[in-house]
Amino acid sequence: MTLLEISDLHVGYGWDERHTTTIVRGVNLSVGAGEVVGIAGESGCGKSTLAMAAAGLLDPPGRILSGQVLFEGKDLRDMGREEMRALHLAQISMVFQASMNVLNPMTRIKSQFLDAMKAHGVRSEDEAMTRAKEMFARVKLPERFLDAYPHQLSGGMRQRAVIALSVVLKPKLLFLDEPTTALDVVVQRSIVELLNELRQEFGFGVVFITHDLSLLVEIADRIAIMYAGAIIEEAPAQELYEHPDHPYTIGLMNAFPPVGSVHKRMEGLTGQPPDLSQLPTGCSYHPRCPKFIPGVCDVIDPPEITPIPGHRVVCHLFSQKEASVG
Amino acid sequence: MVSALGTNDLPGGPAAPGPIPVLQVSGLTKTYSVGKVGKAKIVRALSDVDLSVAAGEVLGLVGESGSGKTTFARSVAFLERPTAGQVSINGQPMPARPSQRHLREHRSQVQMIFQDPYTSLDPLHKVKYTVSRPLTTFGVVPKHAQPEAVNQLLTEVGLVPPADFLRRYPYQLSGGQRQRVGVARALAARPSLVLADEPTSMLDVSIRLSIMNLLLDLRERQTLSIVFVTHDLAGASYMSDRIAIMYAGHLVEVGPADEVMGEPRHPYTQLLRRAAPDPAAHFSRETHFEARGDPPDLTDLPKGCPFAPRCPQVRAECRTALPEWRQVGPDHKVRCVLY
Repeated sequence: MTLLEISDLHVGYGWDERHTTTIVRGVNLSVGAGEVVGIAGESGCGKSTLAMAAAGLLDPPGRILSGQVLFEGKDLRDMGREEMRALHLAQISMVFQASMNVLNPMTRIKSQFLDAMKAHGVRSEDEAMTRAKEMFARVKLPERFLDAYPHQLSGGMRQRAVIALSVVLKPKLLFLDEPTTALDVVVQRSIVELLNELRQEFGFGVVFITHDLSLLVEIADRIAIMYAGAIIEEAPAQELYEHPDHPYTIGLMNAFPPVGSVHKRMEGLTGQPPDLSQLPTGCSYHPRCPKFIPGVCDVIDPPEITPIPGHRVVCHLFSQKEASVG
Repeated sequence: MVSALGTNDLPGGPAAPGPIPVLQVSGLTKTYSVGKVGKAKIVRALSDVDLSVAAGEVLGLVGESGSGKTTFARSVAFLERPTAGQVSINGQPMPARPSQRHLREHRSQVQMIFQDPYTSLDPLHKVKYTVSRPLTTFGVVPKHAQPEAVNQLLTEVGLVPPADFLRRYPYQLSGGQRQRVGVARALAARPSLVLADEPTSMLDVSIRLSIMNLLLDLRERQTLSIVFVTHDLAGASYMSDRIAIMYAGHLVEVGPADEVMGEPRHPYTQLLRRAAPDPAAHFSRETHFEARGDPPDLTDLPKGCPFAPRCPQVRAECRTALPEWRQVGPDHKVRCVLY
C-alpha cells in the first residue's frame, strides 16, 4: 500500500460555490514509504496549497472540492478533528520555510518539545526529555540549546531544531515546504544532507516542495512539475533531468544558470503565470509556450502521455508525435 | 616560502599600469560598536578589503550572510561611512570626511540596486517621480527634457510602453516590475558603477534570470561597471567576469569567474562550490558533503585566517597570522598558505 495517494484532487478557496477559486486542479500523486517526491513550480502555482490539503492542514476558506487524499488507505476527509489531531506530528509532519515563525518565541525550545510529546501521549517528562536530547544529538545541535529561546539560535540552527521537533515522534510522512529557501548555500546543503540521513534512518516518506529545481534533482527520487494548479510532468529525478519533455519543465530548468556556466546566455521562462481565477483555454501554459501550436494548444485540453513507464507529461506536442508514429 | 608575487601594490585588480579602474578600494574597514556603553563590543564587519573594478566589468562578490558583502556595497556607496581605508571612483579618492558636495558627486557616479523591491521604493510616489528624482538631484538633463528621459529609462529597463507605468504606484507593480523600476532609478543618475545587492534573491525563479539579463544588456549598451553582490554562486558565475569571495569580512579569493568556479583554490571557495546544487555532478559521482562549524563571531575573530577553525587543511601557521595574498594565475589570487 502506498503511504499517500492523492487522486483527482481539486482544492479551492472560497466560502461558497459561486465565489470559489480553484487552485489545485485534478492532481494525481502518490508517495511510497521512504520515498522522496519533489514538487516544483513558480510562486502561485498551487504547490503549497496542494501540500496543505494533502497534509490535512487546510483551513477554511480553503477546502477540498473533489477527489481524494488517502493516507495509508484512509481518506483524510472521513477523519474527525480528534483523529486528525492525533495524526499530525505523530504520523504526518510538516516543516515550513520560515522556521522562526514556527517556534514560539516566548518559550524555551525544550518546552515546545515537551508540549508536542505530551500532546501525543508521552506521559513521563523524563522520557520526553531523553527523546528530545537524542533528537538534538541526531541533528547535531548541542544539548544546551534545548534551554535556549528561538532568537538565540541562528537561522540554520533554528531550522535544525524545527526538523528535530517535526521528526521526534517518528512520523511516516514529512512535508517540507521550501525548508531551505531562506538559508545560505552551505547551511542549505547541510540541512539537505541531514534530512537525507534522517530519512535513511527512520524511513519516512517525504514531499519536498521548492522552486529550486536543481536542488530537487539532487535529493528527490521522483519529481512532479506543477503549473497553474496541475501537474504537467512527472518522472524519476534523473529521467526528468536528462529528458525533460514539457516546454515548461525545460523553461524552469533553464531559469537557473547551472553553477559554473560562465558567460553562457540563457533565456529561461518568459511571461507571467496566469491568474488562477481566469485560466487560459486549452493548455494553461500556451500563452507563454515557445512551442505553441495555434488552433490546438489554445483550444483543446492537452492529453496525458506516458513516453516511458513512470514518466508522464501533459502536452499536445507528444500526442502529435505519437499519432504520427502510430 | 616567500612568494615574490604575494603582495602586489594593486591587489584585486589588473596589473598596475593600464586604464584607471572605475572603482578602486584599498584597506576598506568597517567596524560597528554594539552593546552598552562601557561594555561595548566591536564588530569587525569588513577587514582591510582591497578590490578594484574595471570599466564595463561585472564583479561578483560572493559570501554567506554576515560575510560583510552588503557592508562592502554600502560603504562603497557611502551609505555607511568606512572606518578606515580609501574608496576611489575613476581615480578620484573620496575624502575621509566628505562634504555634501562630495557625497552628491560620489552618488552621481555610484548607484545602488537594493535587495528588496518591496521596501526600496517609496509607496507614496508614482514611478514617474521615483525615476525622475535622480534626474533633478544630479542635474542630469534640463527640466524640459525630463519626461523624455524618464520614458527612455523605462524603455531601457523593459517597462514598455512607458506610458502604462508612469502613473502607477509600487503596489500596482509585480515584484519583477518593481525591481526594474529600481534599476531605472539607479541608471537615471548615469552612474559609472552600479552596486547590485542581491537584486534577485527576493524574486520568483521565472523573473530572476530576466533581471540578470537586463543588467548584462545594460552593461553592454552603456559600458556600465557592476558589482553583483550575492550568496548564489551559480548566479555569480552567470553574471560575472571576475568573482571575489568574502568570508567573515575578509576577501579570501579573487579571480576570473571561470577559474574561480572551475578550479576554486581557497578551501572556503571549495566549500561553497561543493555546497551549490549541481545536478550534472550529482549523477556522475557520489558526493559527500561535510561542513564543519559556523562562520566566526565578528566581535571575536580568530587571530589568523578567519576560516582556520573550519578549514579541513588547516596548518599551525594559519592560526597565528593572516596569510598573505598569493598569486595563482595572471589575474587570480588567493589568501591562503597552501599556495
